[in-house]
Amino acid sequence: MHGRPRKATKQEDPAAAAAKSARLRELQSQLLHFHHNRIYTKEAVSVSSKLLEINPEIYTGWNYRKLAFQHNLKEVSDTDTDTDTETIKSAIEDELRMVEVALRRNPKSYGAWYHRKWILGQKLVLANFDHEFRLLDMLLKADARNFHGWNYRRFIARLKDVSEEEELKFTMDMINTNFSNYSAWHNRSMLLSKLLRKKAKGFHEEESILSDEFELVRQALFTDPSDQSGWFYHLWLLDQTSTPHKPHLVSSWPSDKLNIEISAQFKEKCERFPIIFCFNQQVDGVNLATVTINSKLVSSEHITWKPLSANNSRKSKIWVGFLENFNKYCDNSEGLSVEISVHCCESIVHSEFVMKLSHMDHQGKNGDGFEELFLWDCPKSQEINPYLVSYDPWRLRVERVEEDAKWHLDTLSAEIALFKEMSECDEDSKFVKLTLTRLLGAHNSIKSGGSAYFEEILKLYDDLIKLDAPHYRYYRDERSLVLLDQMTSSKDSLVEYCSRCENSSFSCINPQLCINFSGLNLTRIGFVERLLWVQILDLSHNNLTSLLGLEALQLLVCLNLSHNQIMSFTALEPIKSLQSLKVLDLSFNEIGSHPVDTTRYLCSSPLSHSCNVTETMEELARENIKIGDFWEAILLFESLQLAQLDMQGNPVTNERFRVLVEKVIPCLKWLDGKPVR
Amino acid sequence: MHHRPSVKQPQPCDQGSKEQIIGTENRNRDSDVNSQNLFLPPFRSVSFHFSAFSKKKIPFQWERGFNRQKSPLLSPPVLLAAMAEIPTSDYPTIDPTSFDLIVSGTGLSASLLAAAASVAGKSVLHLDSNPFYGSHFSSLPLPSFLSYISSPSSPPNLYSDVEASSQSLPEPSRSFLVDLVGPRLLYCSDETVDLLLRSGASHHVEFKSVDSSLVYWDGKLCSVPDSRQAIFKDKSLGLTEKSQMMKFFKLVQSHISLTRSGTTTESGEEGGVMIPEEDLEMPFVEFLKKQRLPPKIRALVLYAIAMADYEQDNGDSCKMVVSTREGIETISLYTSSIGRFVNAVGAFIYPMYGHGELPQAFCRCAAVKGALYVLRMPVIDILTDKESNKYIGVRLASGQEIFSSKLVLDPSYQIPASLSPRETVVSSNLSSYVAKGVCITDRSLEPNSANILLVFPPKSLHQEQSTAVRALQISGNVAVCPSGFFIVHLSTPCEDAALGKEYINSAMKALFNSRELPAESVQAQTKEEGESVEAPTQEEGETKPTLLWCCAFVQELREASYDGAVSICPMPDANLDFRNILSTTRKLFQNMYPGEEFIPQNSAADNIDDDADEGSPE
Repeated sequence: MHGRPRKATKQEDPAAAAAKSARLRELQSQLLHFHHNRIYTKEAVSVSSKLLEINPEIYTGWNYRKLAFQHNLKEVSDTDTDTDTETIKSAIEDELRMVEVALRRNPKSYGAWYHRKWILGQKLVLANFDHEFRLLDMLLKADARNFHGWNYRRFIARLKDVSEEEELKFTMDMINTNFSNYSAWHNRSMLLSKLLRKKAKGFHEEESILSDEFELVRQALFTDPSDQSGWFYHLWLLDQTSTPHKPHLVSSWPSDKLNIEISAQFKEKCERFPIIFCFNQQVDGVNLATVTINSKLVSSEHITWKPLSANNSRKSKIWVGFLENFNKYCDNSEGLSVEISVHCCESIVHSEFVMKLSHMDHQGKNGDGFEELFLWDCPKSQEINPYLVSYDPWRLRVERVEEDAKWHLDTLSAEIALFKEMSECDEDSKFVKLTLTRLLGAHNSIKSGGSAYFEEILKLYDDLIKLDAPHYRYYRDERSLVLLDQMTSSKDSLVEYCSRCENSSFSCINPQLCINFSGLNLTRIGFVERLLWVQILDLSHNNLTSLLGLEALQLLVCLNLSHNQIMSFTALEPIKSLQSLKVLDLSFNEIGSHPVDTTRYLCSSPLSHSCNVTETMEELARENIKIGDFWEAILLFESLQLAQLDMQGNPVTNERFRVLVEKVIPCLKWLDGKPVR
Repeated sequence: MHHRPSVKQPQPCDQGSKEQIIGTENRNRDSDVNSQNLFLPPFRSVSFHFSAFSKKKIPFQWERGFNRQKSPLLSPPVLLAAMAEIPTSDYPTIDPTSFDLIVSGTGLSASLLAAAASVAGKSVLHLDSNPFYGSHFSSLPLPSFLSYISSPSSPPNLYSDVEASSQSLPEPSRSFLVDLVGPRLLYCSDETVDLLLRSGASHHVEFKSVDSSLVYWDGKLCSVPDSRQAIFKDKSLGLTEKSQMMKFFKLVQSHISLTRSGTTTESGEEGGVMIPEEDLEMPFVEFLKKQRLPPKIRALVLYAIAMADYEQDNGDSCKMVVSTREGIETISLYTSSIGRFVNAVGAFIYPMYGHGELPQAFCRCAAVKGALYVLRMPVIDILTDKESNKYIGVRLASGQEIFSSKLVLDPSYQIPASLSPRETVVSSNLSSYVAKGVCITDRSLEPNSANILLVFPPKSLHQEQSTAVRALQISGNVAVCPSGFFIVHLSTPCEDAALGKEYINSAMKALFNSRELPAESVQAQTKEEGESVEAPTQEEGETKPTLLWCCAFVQELREASYDGAVSICPMPDANLDFRNILSTTRKLFQNMYPGEEFIPQNSAADNIDDDADEGSPE
């Protein structure tokens, strides 16, 4: 039970304890003997009973019983042509009784619960449901939050075909008895989701049902704001209210109706042109069949789609397809006009864009553009707006809002008003504050532009960081997301963070805009769907530890990550897929500070890749550099074609590492601000 | 060594946990019989009688102890009615003629004193002029009740202004057991309950919980949100009100637990908050205002939880200001009561067969310890020493003179002024009267509850109402009336009988649909007739229970008093519980026997030890 310290086990009389363990050992060895020799006689089975009675945690005992049960059942049906139902019945009853005995010893024994489910799941005879429900009542009376009990109840309800409505009523009863019951609230959310999905009788009107639930959980929240269970339910309700059920496209590159002017250099250097789709939730099945391309020159076969996700899953929010050899098509004086329809999510989305060769070619020098060192100090210039053509985050969202957001917005506004009132009388409640921030955030996500609550949310997160120090990392992460949301929410706000890059000379499809998000205390990256077009991004002087999300920025050429808290090369995994990345500043991070890179266990492991020993590796070996020590670094740099890299101020950086980098990145021109030999 | 009546002892009967004294059969009707044994001592079948009368042995029996299971409503007055007309010559002679203590009257306080004195090893003669136990604390069948309170033989002014509805008594009228002390309840954590457990008296009484607690607010009955779960479920409170109320409860709770754990620091370091000393001294209503509780919650806390009797809002003119300390104490009792007994629903319990069971239970304890019991034996005179004019004994109706060093008398006994006890035990009741009402109805005030406590806070009935009116509905499941009927007791303290009864009557009117209102409310009715044209209340009236019979009366509150030898017990007071009566009784006992403990902790265990001794010849 929650919040109750476990009582120390009573000091047993040493002699008794020794006798008990001797007995356990003996029973155990007997059981193993029977198990290995497949002896399933009555006497043998009773040994397992004795053992499990004392210790229901011995899984082998349960498995043995399952085998014995099956074996004896088979014997019965073999000898008797018309299967003796009475024998089966009594065998089942024996097993059920055994489980009950075990549960009395430990009501949270996984093995015992599973055994019961297994027996009843065979459906050999009709289960005595009354008995099962009585058992459950008894159990839940002893501990109303025993999740084993709740799991089993769901199992029995399914087996008996108890209607969800009835079970929903049961959750209500349990909540009425004590509303500090996570399990009851949780089961309620499960049942409601099912009923709403099915549109069962009385559950057609999702909005009114959810309104009633809001009303219910409010009673719990206001009665005792320090009790967590209601807040979790509220979080679920909020999710139901603010997240659309169906996946839809949030943004794409190139965005709809965009005329892209491509510089000659870019055209020459790059053979592939990325097309990116961002969805609001993970989808799969973006492929030739679901993407239709309507263009004179390009057909859908020219593009292969792949999900961009760090964990190699087949589902992703972000999908990218590369238009191979696109330079062929751009030569056409009319430009290349492409119309794409995606219909992998239920609604079909169109996107139309035109690509043209730029006439006002960059006056920069010829060559591949990285002869000079790229410097990050882009001066702020006044005229940015005309260049922010690719930025268009709202188109798709506005459509949705007009559809059916009235109820959602009204509900959220009502909740916001309530919790504001509550936070006024209860200033120190972290739950109230956190829920309020989430409500405001949800409101923001539905209602586009204008009256957004950014400042308020940021202030609330600042308060929370002070109020609830143990969770400050979470609040910092959330705060970063809100900040990014705010900065990217409109053209006007984004302009503040944009500057034109005059001093660079590399090829670019856009007028060269640098997005500068430096010095903002960011710990996390988000809202990348609004930045798909960005080529120069400055994230320096933040507190980033993870770069998840950056993989979406396929057009990125220059990335500044200096003065952050990146601890390892594994954390850089997301930038591996940035094929166009040329300039990378990783100076003054903490790469190599930790001898064991823990993040590697969370990310895809290099051991799972098949990786050929390349020439460079052999060369490194000759230089006496242990490949094993720099595995992640080698894999990272090999997959990138960097021209400029900054690694100063990291624990990992030393002379040998520099040698390694130069070897692994043959095209590198600048390392730590100095030209490479 | 005084005479010890031969007492056939009950068997030791403490099998289950003593803490569980609530009957279970009603709620788990279909649970198997064995499970009940966990809660109920197997006492019911034990015969328990003693013959104390040496010359003419009348087998005196604890009638209900015999066959309660078979006919629970066979109450003592029923049985004793047959024996009531015993000629004077048939009065038993009492032997011996000298005791440590004579107690006349078997009210709760008197019975407690008899039990406590017996436990302390004193020889006790316990008399009652009535043929039944309990005196003013008894539960009587409806006809007997009516004649008891209106009897001209009862001492003047004790019960007055009795007015009953002209309707005939509901039948079977003897099946309705009416508490003289009603409306009254015990908190589960009440000291009275502790005393019952301590003395072993709990074996003789069984309790049922009160299902719900209601408050009359804005012309409607709302449930009293008295616990976390009740606040959650409440439909009438607003969200902010809920959180304010819960916050207040948490503050009180933290204060209580810190007080109990004995933390002396003003604010416990581990999150707990104590209410500062100066706040404890201020009026409770001011403290509630300081906590920024809105008027409705203030009223709930003051009148329905802290059970204040008088309007607290009018500052200095308030008759009895409840201090924060007192308020917190009551809340503490209230909250610790919830959940004390596993099978009790709320904070309150009510004894099966009525409150008359309580004095009887203590009498039994006294009897087990050797006290001698004689009913139908009035004390007709008090004997004094001729020289010192001090008390020496009593003359009984039988003419026999019995001597003792101490005497305890019923408050209704008129004693000579020369002997009148000089010191009164200070009672906190300022009023001298309490107006009471008894109603019999055909339906419960709330559909799914049988036993209900209901409070009308001041001003809830009309603007001038300055006292809270409390009502208690009890039902057939506590065996006080046939099933399908309900008895509702009402009371309010008052100084002026007419005003008190007016409150009682308006409370009745608010609750019930009366076919015929009692005579005294004709006034009110005619008043209403004038308005009835514009205010048709018929549809509302349909949902109300119908009043089958009712009566209203006024009881005088007499204070307990004592001098060296003669003590006078308190009358039932205007409170909901017995706490005041208990503390008064304790004071009387301490005055009588300084240095003796008032029913010490292990007296029940002694009881059982004694039983064992009894088996072997003395």
